[in-house]
Amino acid sequence: MADGARRNRSSVAIIVRPPRLSDRLLAAAPAVAVGLLCLPILAGLAGVVLPSLGYLPALGGTTVSLEPWRQLLAEPGLQRSVLVSLFSGLTTGAVALVIVFLFLAGAADTRADRLMRRAISPLLSVPHAAAAFGFAFLIAPSGLFVRLLSPWATGWQRPPDLLIVNDPWGLAMMAGLVQKEIPFLLLMCLSALPQIDAARRMAVSRSLGYRPVAAWLKTVAPALYPLVRLPVYAVIAYSSSVVDVALILGPSNPAPLSVAVVKWLSDPDLSRRYVASAGALLQLGVTVAALVIWRMAELAIARATRPWLENGSRSLADRGLALVGRLGVGAAVLASALGLASLAVWSIAGLWRFPDLLPRSFTLERWGQASTLAGPLAATVLIGLVSTAVSMSTVVAALENELRRGRSAGPRALQILYLPLVVPPVAFLFGLVIAAETTGLRPGFWPIVLGHIVFVLPYVYLSLAEAYRRLDPRWSMIAASLGASPDSTFLRVRLPMLLSPCLTAFAVGFAVSVGQYLATQLLGAGRVATLTTEAVALSTGGDRRVIGVLALAQSLLPAVMFAVAVGVPRLIWRNRRLMRGRA
Amino acid sequence: MAAALRLEDVRISIGGRQLVALDARIAPGEVLTVMGPSGSGKSTLLAFVAGFLDRSFDASGRVLLGEAEVSRLPAEARRMGLLFQDPMLFPHLSVAGNLLFGVRSGTLQRRERVEAALASAGLDGFGERDPATLSGGQQARVALLRVLLSEPRALLLDEPFAKLDQELRGEIRSFVFERARREGLPTLLVTHDPADAVAAGGSVVTLGT
Repeated sequence: MADGARRNRSSVAIIVRPPRLSDRLLAAAPAVAVGLLCLPILAGLAGVVLPSLGYLPALGGTTVSLEPWRQLLAEPGLQRSVLVSLFSGLTTGAVALVIVFLFLAGAADTRADRLMRRAISPLLSVPHAAAAFGFAFLIAPSGLFVRLLSPWATGWQRPPDLLIVNDPWGLAMMAGLVQKEIPFLLLMCLSALPQIDAARRMAVSRSLGYRPVAAWLKTVAPALYPLVRLPVYAVIAYSSSVVDVALILGPSNPAPLSVAVVKWLSDPDLSRRYVASAGALLQLGVTVAALVIWRMAELAIARATRPWLENGSRSLADRGLALVGRLGVGAAVLASALGLASLAVWSIAGLWRFPDLLPRSFTLERWGQASTLAGPLAATVLIGLVSTAVSMSTVVAALENELRRGRSAGPRALQILYLPLVVPPVAFLFGLVIAAETTGLRPGFWPIVLGHIVFVLPYVYLSLAEAYRRLDPRWSMIAASLGASPDSTFLRVRLPMLLSPCLTAFAVGFAVSVGQYLATQLLGAGRVATLTTEAVALSTGGDRRVIGVLALAQSLLPAVMFAVAVGVPRLIWRNRRLMRGRA
Repeated sequence: MAAALRLEDVRISIGGRQLVALDARIAPGEVLTVMGPSGSGKSTLLAFVAGFLDRSFDASGRVLLGEAEVSRLPAEARRMGLLFQDPMLFPHLSVAGNLLFGVRSGTLQRRERVEAALASAGLDGFGERDPATLSGGQQARVALLRVLLSEPRALLLDEPFAKLDQELRGEIRSFVFERARREGLPTLLVTHDPADAVAAGGSVVTLGT
């Protein structure tokens, strides 16, 4: 009797298997992922704290004081810099979110809507710098819009002397950011909508007599927002601290805080690094402040709209609001497409006088200067491939570990994942450079790759996790019951079945790496040139034709990778009907 | 060669609520039918026997094939052939590829065995086909062939006929039971269709009452 009880208890463990090497390696994957994300950020933040207090032995600073902060506060235009950064984060987040929500609220299955939805994924892969250049080429005094209207409507025979791009309050920069963030938020919303069963919420409320927009805002939006909150925070943080877009579209004197910090830390006068360190921490403070203000606004809006949710009113300027959303998304899509077209035209433009709509002549001369393009191109591709490959292996290992242990990562893991998307890069990258210098790590290829992984890994994870978890567990059960080991099941069943999402995740990661400006610039000490750093370097007064070539090449790289991600599965699975349907 | 499948004092519970309590012996070639409404723990019992029980369940008891205890082995070493409602043919492999997946490595003349298996089910020449292009009945037969080629010691059937058309159901049912009997496999069938139990012809246990 007692014997039987003991035996029963001991047989509770179901799967007893000597731990394999692969299992042990996989078990380490989550820790590796967390380390790859958190260590650089924490080391980077730690790396600026001491210098901001005047302590940087390498430069002879051995006493702790508040002098750097005093100098920082005395910088001319600092107040404006801070305000522009703060304002840019909040405005971009608010405008992009409102437009996306109104678009979804008023969405009908019209042709234009479908076209816009289909356009967002490719637009998302366009690097920020390229999109910003395209936008600048559109709205500049000698840009496409003015040319379209001149001289017949404006009477201008030469470009007007207006500060449209680089305006002092950063409005052009915010517009460019809104244009780029709308596709991102829209995609995030579209992937979250099925989770809240939006279609049935709409069916219920419309059958109760609510007009579509009111129904959506009252029953779908409150459930959707919590699911896209982290992406929204990422947009706010990004827009309050962006460097490359700010260099291209933003004000210059005073510049947004992030740009000012980069200027100080690349000052030949090395003693400016103390101010830069203090500025980096101030940037962190500004971004945190933007998020805190946003959070308070969230609470206030939730409170203020509660009575409205329950007041029974069934319509709400339906047509007008739907139109705002549609025009907003339409404008973003159109501007992005026209911007890319402008880049393309400039890259092959010969003589192009104002106000001619198109160049008089075309030339491939700039593309022909391949020798200048080849180096940055190779560096961009190599850094992109290596950092994405490392991120991808780590992410797949973490997901595989999760699957084998039957435990999924909790909400805390997601918060860690968003850490690099919320902490301003300026704040920790510079500290990372200092930390690397004190440990004797020289700037160059590997520090750049490690820096890129911090930004690539979260996107690879976000793009792959859902597909990995959604794979029917019965596939693995069938394989095991047929005698296949977990490793064999991974290689012969899960990996082939997930080929398509894996390639897409790889393309997403690659696109993120290609778009990196600051990480490459700082961790390579300006000595490693990629397409992005070369293009951004030309942002002030560079030859538009060269910019066109570089920015277009920068946009084409991710596009090629996405084409591979779509094309390869189609080729491999051309005789496998069910595999072709898999996203 | 063929051994009986024994479930020795199997008890499965979740959060203190007992779902399954079963003690049974299934002789080679015989079918034990477990019936019960959805949520009664039928599929949980199969998961326990096959080695996939979710860790949120508490389970005790032993599963034996002949005298050998299999409940301490990992799923892939238990040799429990599994059939679901869906044929679950790997969509990235051809029909032959699916069957080859079942044949153990090191087996002699693997391809010939696959060809012979296809022929035995009236599916000659289907090897290179995409499984998605097969009819429901053909897919069900390939799924069973795949299990049989893996040389299981017992069969676990999780409502394998539930999604088939009425007329097809009888045909596939007798195909499965006849093969199981011929190979001398003890079979555990989980279903909520009384007609399945009648066709199986063995003893019936009802859960969740």
